[in-house]
Amino acid sequence: MKIDVRQREGVHILDVEGKITIGRGDVALRDAVHQQLAGGATKMLINLQEVSTIDSSGVGELVSAYTTVTHRGGKLKLVNLPPKVNDILQITQLITVFETFTDEDEAVGSF
Amino acid sequence: MIDAEAREYHLVIASRFENIELVQVVIEDALRQTAATDDQRHWIGLALREALANAIKHGNRLDPEKRVDVEAEVGPSLVRIRIRDEGQGFEPEEIRDPLSEENRFRADGRGIFYMRRLMDEVDFRFGPGGGTEVTLIKRLDTNHDNDNDDTSQEEAR
Repeated sequence: MKIDVRQREGVHILDVEGKITIGRGDVALRDAVHQQLAGGATKMLINLQEVSTIDSSGVGELVSAYTTVTHRGGKLKLVNLPPKVNDILQITQLITVFETFTDEDEAVGSF
Repeated sequence: MIDAEAREYHLVIASRFENIELVQVVIEDALRQTAATDDQRHWIGLALREALANAIKHGNRLDPEKRVDVEAEVGPSLVRIRIRDEGQGFEPEEIRDPLSEENRFRADGRGIFYMRRLMDEVDFRFGPGGGTEVTLIKRLDTNHDNDNDDTSQEEAR
């Protein structure tokens, strides 16, 4: 699993690639989000376009990231959810918790 | 009843998360020999991941000396996978509902819920000397017209 971070208009975009699953991907996502927070990021957008699999631990990390960023007064949103990631968030009704976008420009402009 | 043409697999892994990948590769490869659609392979693989993660983390408490035993019967129309750990077991009734308002923002507690949504049957048994055995069953869709309807549309209701 790989995470690249870039910035657009003050939004920290995390491009996630691979599996967000227990033991590796979930930890990498947690570390990346905490690193951005430590660096002062308040607007975070997680780009899930290249995510092949997410399990319950990965979903848990997304929820943790959302609550951590929100509690610190920031915003965390999701963009480019692959159908299977969308499905897995739908099953646990979390899709309504996150603000999700299919277009990055629109997502960046929404902050 | 399992199919007469079912292939049987028996894997034993140490309690390390990286071993989940090994089991998943074997089972998904076996599923390629069946009528399973790409979607079914993905969802069965995910349910399997959840069961293995539970066995490693909650059952064997990440003790690499403890083993997780996996037996799979992969037939043309039915898949049955049994995963056994060496842990202390748990009370299935005490599993939290991840859909309830008070649990929605919890980081954990969704694994068994996903297993039950993704598979046709999920059964837990607890050995008298300890250990949890979970059996996952999926009936494979031989009608590929329904390639995309087996999870989100049905299960999210």
